[in-house]
Amino acid sequence: MAHEALAPASVGTSEMVRSATSESRLARYGLIALSLAFVGLFLVLPLAIVFTEALRKGPGTFFEAIADPETWAAIRLTLLVAAIAVPLNLVFGIAAAWAIAKFEFKGKAFLTTLIDLPFSVSPVISGLVFVLLFGSHSLLGPWLGSHGIKVLFAVPGIVLATVFVTFPFVARELIPLMQEQGTSDEEAALSLGASGWQTFWYVTLPNIKWGLLYGVLLCNARAMGEFGAVSVVSGHIRGMTNTMPLQVEILYNEYNFIGAFAVATLLALLALVTLVIKSLLEFKFSAQIAAARKH
Amino acid sequence: MTASLPQRWQFRQPSVIPGFGLALGVTLSWLILIILIPLSGLVWRSSALGWSTFWTLATDQRTLNALKISFGTAFLAALANVVFGVLLAWVLVRYRFFGRRVIDAMVDLPFALPTAVAGIALTTLYAPNGWIGSLLTPLGIKVAFTPLGIVFALIFVGLPFVVRTVQPIMEEIDREVEEAAATLGATRFQTVSRVLLPGLAPAVLTGFALAFARGVGEYGSVIFIAGNLPYVSEIAPLLIVIRLEEFNYPAATAIAAVMLIISFVMLLVINSIQAWSRRRYGYGA
Amino acid sequence: MNAKGLSRFFTVALLATSIQVGGMGFAFADQTILNVSYDPTRELYKDFNAAFAEKWKTDTGETLTIQTSHGGSGKQARSVIDGLEADVVTLALEADIDAIAKESGKIPADWKTKFENNSAPYTSTIVFLVRKGNPKGIKDWGDLVKDDIQVITPNPKTSGGARWNFLAAWAWARAQNGGDDAKAQEYVAQLFKHVPVLDTGARGATTTFVQRGLGDVLIAWENEAYLSLEELGPDSFDIVTPSVSIKAEPPVALVDGNVDTKGTRKVAEAYLQYLYSDVGQKIAAKHYYRPFKPEAADPNDIKRFADVKLSTIDEFGGWKEAQPKFFGDGGVFDQIYKPGQ
Repeated sequence: MAHEALAPASVGTSEMVRSATSESRLARYGLIALSLAFVGLFLVLPLAIVFTEALRKGPGTFFEAIADPETWAAIRLTLLVAAIAVPLNLVFGIAAAWAIAKFEFKGKAFLTTLIDLPFSVSPVISGLVFVLLFGSHSLLGPWLGSHGIKVLFAVPGIVLATVFVTFPFVARELIPLMQEQGTSDEEAALSLGASGWQTFWYVTLPNIKWGLLYGVLLCNARAMGEFGAVSVVSGHIRGMTNTMPLQVEILYNEYNFIGAFAVATLLALLALVTLVIKSLLEFKFSAQIAAARKH
Repeated sequence: MTASLPQRWQFRQPSVIPGFGLALGVTLSWLILIILIPLSGLVWRSSALGWSTFWTLATDQRTLNALKISFGTAFLAALANVVFGVLLAWVLVRYRFFGRRVIDAMVDLPFALPTAVAGIALTTLYAPNGWIGSLLTPLGIKVAFTPLGIVFALIFVGLPFVVRTVQPIMEEIDREVEEAAATLGATRFQTVSRVLLPGLAPAVLTGFALAFARGVGEYGSVIFIAGNLPYVSEIAPLLIVIRLEEFNYPAATAIAAVMLIISFVMLLVINSIQAWSRRRYGYGA
Repeated sequence: MNAKGLSRFFTVALLATSIQVGGMGFAFADQTILNVSYDPTRELYKDFNAAFAEKWKTDTGETLTIQTSHGGSGKQARSVIDGLEADVVTLALEADIDAIAKESGKIPADWKTKFENNSAPYTSTIVFLVRKGNPKGIKDWGDLVKDDIQVITPNPKTSGGARWNFLAAWAWARAQNGGDDAKAQEYVAQLFKHVPVLDTGARGATTTFVQRGLGDVLIAWENEAYLSLEELGPDSFDIVTPSVSIKAEPPVALVDGNVDTKGTRKVAEAYLQYLYSDVGQKIAAKHYYRPFKPEAADPNDIKRFADVKLSTIDEFGGWKEAQPKFFGDGGVFDQIYKPGQ
C-alpha cells in the first residue's frame, strides 16, 4: 500500500513526480497534525473524561463499582442481547449484500434506502415502534398477554429494539465492497462446475471476510452501546432488564458518578477489545490480505 | 420469477449467479418483519390524527423550529464530518505514523460508547467549567448549552460513518492513476482535487447521508449538551418525548413520521444518485 | 486462500464472539413484587425495601424480593400503561397515576382514597439550592428575576418535579399580587427568561447546577436539595427556603389489574401500608421527605425541615385541572415560550 512513488518516466525530475503522487513532507505532517488534533478533541478527550471520572477515587472504588451484582446482571444481559442480535443481522446482511451487489434489478436504490432507514430513525422512535406493536394498547398486545408471552419490558423486546437499531451495519459494510469486486470470480467458479453454495463458501466469502468482520464489529459495538431505543422497551427493572448503557444512566442518576463511568469504561473497553481482535486477525492473516489486495 | 413478466419490462437483468431468489427472499422477509411492520405501526398511529390535525401539528411554529434545529445542526455536523472524516481516512490510509492503529481503532468509539455517556463526557468537556470550556469562555465562545453544542455532539456521533465508508474505497484507489496524472504534468493539488476526490465523491456522499440521517434522530447525547430551550436549542426528538409525556401518542408519532419521510426522501435521492453514477461510471459505493 | 485457512479464520472470529455468551440466571424467591417509581426515590426505597422484606419474612416466613424500576415519572407511567407489570407505583405526580387509571384501567379512578392522606405517605416541598454563602443574596422568589441571576430548573414538559417548581413560583407570585393570576403568569414568564438550560429531568438539572457550575440557584425538591448537599458537597452549597412554596405530594397506588393476575395483592397492599407505619415514616424522614405523621419519625430529622407557608395543588383546582391548563399542549408553559423571545 505504502509503496514509494515509482521511478519517473520521460517527463521531469523524480522530485517533480514525487511531489505529484505524494504530498510534501510539510503538508503530510500538517495533515497528520490536523487530524490528530481533531481526533484528540472529539474522541480522545471525551474518552479521557470517562476514564478520569471512573478512576477519580482510585482503582479500588472502580472495581468496587463494577463488582456490584446489578452491574454484573447488566453485563450478562448486554452480552446476551448482542449474541442474539449480531448473528441475526449477520445472516441478513450477507443475504442483502448478495442480492444488491451481485444482481441488477429494479428498485435497488429503494431497497438500499429501506435498509438505511434505521440509521435515520430517532432512537426514541425505534423503541416506541415496538411499544406501539406489542404494548397493551396495540393490536398484538392483548393476544400476547393472554398467552403469557412477554415481549416488552423483557429480553425479547430488548433484542428486537437492538436488532432494529443495528439492522443496516453488516449490509452497509458489505454492499460497496461486493459491488467493487464484481461478479467475475463467481462466474468463473460457476463455469468450472461449482455449485452455488460452493461458490459462495470458497469464492465469495474469502473475498469479503474483512468487510464482514468489520461489519460484525461495528454491529456488535452499536448493539452493546444502544441506549435510547432499549431504554423505551426495557422497563428499567434493576438487575433484570437493565443493559449496561441503562445501568450507566441509573448509576449516574444516583450520583454514583464513579460507578456510572466505570461501567462506561467497560463498554469502551469491550469495543476496544473487539478492535484488538480485528488487528490481531489482520496481523495473523496479513499475507492473505496482501494477496487479496494484489488481486 | 421474471418469466411471468412481459418481455419488455424486466424486473432484473439476467445473470448466471444463483441465489437471487433466496437472498432477496431473506432480505425482504427480515426487512418487513423488523423494519416495515414496526414503522407501519407508527404511520398507522399518526394517521389517527386525520390530515388537517396532522398538518397543523407538523407546521406548528415550535415543531418547525425544532425540525430546523435538528436538520440544520445535523447538516453542519455532517459537513464537518465530511471534511475531517475524509482527512482522517486519508491520513489513516496513506501515511504511516506512530499511533496510527490506535487512532484507527478509536474511530469506532462513538458507536460503542452509549450516547448518554458521550453526551455527559462532551458536556463535562465543553461546559464553562470544563477542560475546554474554561479555555473558550474567556474568548466569548460558548459551546455547551447552545446549538453549537448540538453540532459538536453530532460530529462525535456521525464521525465513524464518514471515515468507515470512505476508508475502504480509498484503500482500493489505484496508485497508477495518480502516477498517470503526474506524468501528464498535474501538480499534486490538481491530482488530488481533480482526479482522486471526484472518484471518492459517491462514498463521501454516502458517508454524509448516513451521518446526517443519524444526526437528525439523535437524542441521548444531545439532550445533555443542548440546553433544550424551546425555539432555540430544542431538537425534534425532544419534542417527540414531550408529546409522549403528555400521553399524546398520535402527535408524537406524527412528528416522527415527518422526520422519517424527510430522511427517507433524502437517503433515496442520494442512493439513486449513487446507483446512477455506478451504472454510468462504474465506480464508487 | 484454502478452505483450511478460511475455517481457521472463522474459528478465531467465532471464539471472539462466543466469549460474549453468558448465562442468564435469576434467583426466584417465594414472592416477587415490582415497585415502579420515579428518579429521586432510589435511596428511600433501597432502605425501605430492606426493612419491609425483613418484616414480611418475620410475619409470614416468605422470602420477598422487591424489584424496583426508576426513571422519569411520566415515562414510568407510560411503561405501566404499555404493560410493565408493576404491583405498586410510587410516582411524582397524581397526574401520572391518573393517566395509568384512565389509559389502562388497571388502577381504579378513585385510587386516591385507598390510602391515607390522599395516598401520599410522605410529602415534600420546593426549595432553592444556592452556592455556598449565598453570594447573590437570594432569599425569596422575587430575587430570582433580578438582572444578574441565572436559574436552573428542569423542563416542566418532561419532568414531574419541574411542574411543582413552576406551581410553587406561581403560588408565591399569586399571593404577592393579591391572587392575580395574570400577574403570576407575568412573573413566571420573567422567571423562565432567567433559565439558561432546561434539562429533561430533575437529576439532570441538579448535575447542571452542581457539576457544570451553571446558574446561581437551583429550584429543587427539598429532599433532592438535601441529598445533593449530602452527596455532592455540604461545603459548596446552601439551602434557602422561600417564604411560600407548595406541598408536593408524590402519591402511591396499588396496580389492581396486575396484582390480581400475579396473585400479589396481599403483599403489595401490605407494602404500601407499611409506608405509613412508624418504620416507614421514620425512613421517609431520614431521606428528607416530610412524613405524613411527623410524630413517628426521629425528632432530629424533623427539625431539619424549615417552616414554610405551603400552597397546595387544590388551590390550582387539583391536578386534573392544573395539568392541561399549565403543562398541556398550548398551555400556559407553551405560551410563556413564544418565538423570538
